[in-house]
Amino acid sequence: MAHDSAGRTPMSERAASVTSPDDGEPHDEREAHEYEERATASPVTTGAEAVIRALENVGVEYAFGVQGGAIMPVYDALYHSDIEHVTMAHEQGASHAADAYGIVAGEPGVCLATSGPGATNLVTGIADADMDSDPMIALTGQVPTGMVGNDAFQETDTTGVTKPVTKANTFSSNPDTVGDDVGEAFALANTGRPGPTLVDLPKDVTLAETDSQPGPARVPDTYEVQERADDDVVRAAARRIEAAERPIMLLGGGVIKGDAHEECRAFAIDHEIPVVTTMPGLGAFPEDHELAMEMAGMHGTGYANMAITHCDTMVAVGTRFDDRLTGGIETFAPDAEIIHVDIDPAEISKNIHAEYPLVGDAATVLEQLAEAVTESPKATKWRAQCQQWKSEYPMAYQTPEDEPLKPEFVVEALDAATSDRAIVTTGVGQHQMWACQYWTFTEPRTWVSSHGLGTMGYGMPAAVGARLAADDDQEVICIEGDGSFLMTLQELAVAVREHLDITVVVLNNEYIGMVRQWQDAFFDGRHSASEYHWCPEFDTLAEAFGAKGFRIDEYDEVAETIEAALAYDGPSVIDAHIDPRANVYPMVPSGGDNGQFALSEDQL
Amino acid sequence: MTGGLEGPPPEERPRPAGRRNSQGIRIDPEVEAEPDTRRTVISALVKHEPGVLADVSGLFSRRQFNIESLTVGPTEDDERARITLVIEEPEPGIEQAKKQLRKLVPVISVRELEPDAMRRELMLIKVNATRPDRVAAVAEMYGGQTVDATPETATVQITGSRQKIEAAIETFSQFGIREISRTGTTALARGVEDTAARERPTPTYAEDGTPTSPQTTPSDDD
Ligand SMILES: Cc1ncc(C[n+]2csc(CCOP(=O)(O)OP(=O)(O)O)c2C)c(N)n1
Ligand SMILES: [Mg+2]
Repeated sequence: MAHDSAGRTPMSERAASVTSPDDGEPHDEREAHEYEERATASPVTTGAEAVIRALENVGVEYAFGVQGGAIMPVYDALYHSDIEHVTMAHEQGASHAADAYGIVAGEPGVCLATSGPGATNLVTGIADADMDSDPMIALTGQVPTGMVGNDAFQETDTTGVTKPVTKANTFSSNPDTVGDDVGEAFALANTGRPGPTLVDLPKDVTLAETDSQPGPARVPDTYEVQERADDDVVRAAARRIEAAERPIMLLGGGVIKGDAHEECRAFAIDHEIPVVTTMPGLGAFPEDHELAMEMAGMHGTGYANMAITHCDTMVAVGTRFDDRLTGGIETFAPDAEIIHVDIDPAEISKNIHAEYPLVGDAATVLEQLAEAVTESPKATKWRAQCQQWKSEYPMAYQTPEDEPLKPEFVVEALDAATSDRAIVTTGVGQHQMWACQYWTFTEPRTWVSSHGLGTMGYGMPAAVGARLAADDDQEVICIEGDGSFLMTLQELAVAVREHLDITVVVLNNEYIGMVRQWQDAFFDGRHSASEYHWCPEFDTLAEAFGAKGFRIDEYDEVAETIEAALAYDGPSVIDAHIDPRANVYPMVPSGGDNGQFALSEDQL
Repeated sequence: MTGGLEGPPPEERPRPAGRRNSQGIRIDPEVEAEPDTRRTVISALVKHEPGVLADVSGLFSRRQFNIESLTVGPTEDDERARITLVIEEPEPGIEQAKKQLRKLVPVISVRELEPDAMRRELMLIKVNATRPDRVAAVAEMYGGQTVDATPETATVQITGSRQKIEAAIETFSQFGIREISRTGTTALARGVEDTAARERPTPTYAEDGTPTSPQTTPSDDD
């Protein structure tokens, strides 16, 4: 690849890699050839066919959506396509499924919806993908252009509504270019820092005749991505790392999205630098490795938060220093000089000032750093300190016989019963935090959760998308809360209909548990709207959907029930009744000092 | 409630000596310093297409950038428009605003202008015409022209820097101001320099690798 003097890659070259892996043949030529073949075999005749052709050209295999008036022409064009469409129960489910598909596959997931309520139902999933920089493309039907602005039936200003929560969106007004608009949206979702894009498709545009065959998927020429970091800054950062006495690496979700986990692992291991991850960074570094300090932040491990607070040099890769990680800015890694690697220049020094800004692709920059660092930091004492913190702040929990089942035990039993490549999806709440803390993540793209937006109800539809993106030998486990599961459990119908092998485990505390925990800590125990007086039986509910239902109440039922649920070929639901009083610790209260994490309620 | 873990309590743990300010910059904990704000002009060359202005204004309100004025208009190229923004922010806020602007897909280039850049604003000011010759004299003093006169009103057009416009308003107020309309600041760089060429400042480092903070030119406005 050619680089200009600033190390930027012209987008015309990068865009090609969006659609085809580099195998030596000039991309443009081969792409053009494939496109032409398709165009000759069955030429596009309408705007809607151009939309579907654009998706076929970039190799889309699955789409998630719900039918409706304004999107019907697109669905009609899908009828003859090899793209497999999964009809979801709700458009929110479609957007979460597409998002999860994108996380696991590393290629944009596709969701479709009609105008008006279809489009607005997608919004939560789009916003979720935006916060977590997940590659996704949403295609929405729209009323015919002549009616736009007249408050027509099922008209919503979809591009207006989704502008703040998409990486880019566009109202497609021309049947001759609608296919290229879709290609561009796909390329944008997948290039540089990933994110959701949306194309709004008015019905007259998709119905209109056109003989214009969509060309290769290209990002617009105004969109540039810097691949390599500035060499001077790399050299300066290398000197800093060599001189560090208390170095850590902080690996974020960008490591996984940028497929940079191998480079990061090699760097940490070569130079014996302890590694902390963010929540989206789970799986970037094997948590069973000696250097792993695991997750830092609000519910991170005590040792991760001690390490992050006391380090003098931080190599932060692909993280946006979210407040759930940093706690109060004033007390975040206050002695550390920050080397920040990120593909998005706007993330550098946004929340935490970086002395060494390294803008570029994570894998490329880590290679640059690996080359520039000639001597490992002398940090024997620091590593010993980190190990000591590990023994001082163990994550060990009690399982007294006279108390109800502990959730940590269920999570560990699930982890033990599944392979290293098993995929975990979750809802949002305490159960999500127990999954972070007690599942030992060792592989990238196995942790599928709602981080930045914190969307309850994410887990079930995400499991549908993850299942279709995963390899057959990867188990898909959905760890849900009773509250979260109730928000989207209708997608279980889709899992049954599509014969998807998914194991849902509801950590059922009959509480909006995370809220209840905060009420106990910060609102004098007033359980306003966090307590259920009635909760459905999730095992019988599962059976009504046609899934297999199980229930766990006691420790001795855990292993065998999990085994039976995993063995069942199809979707199963385990309703695990856990201690309703169980709380998540450690905890750094919002805006607090990471080093002052609480180990129990009386320390808050 | 259950779920507590073992380990030394918060008050028994060592605490680091350092601290950061609210901008995430490490500071001497002894000196309390909130960073000063600076007013500056940012010029962006954008694709001339519907929605770009909404993109830019939406971005600035969403991210709570303190924006004083925003103007947009066509340029020498039919396909491009120029957006001129005046913002007042602490240094990191200015950097963040520029970076966020660059991320918008229809934005071609972004640049913060030098303090000596040409900045102009146009104002129409309508005052009571009880003393028409005095109004004309004040208009002349500010290099303006009377563009409409009726027995009751006089409307004057003034162009110039923000400070000049503000001074003019002050002086015209003696006649009784009926209405004012201002365009907001538009600006171009001086000389052969392109106003919205690419810029990407890289930090500088001393021999031993320690960062030397970039020099920021203070703006004296207008
Ligand atoms: C869509 C949505 N609504 C509300 C919230 C606020 N919220 C965060 S956690 C939580 C409780 C979740 O309850 P449950 O799913 O049962 O999980 P638990 O904490 O009990 O494990 C709530 C209401 C949210 N994160 N998302
Ligand atoms: Mg619950």
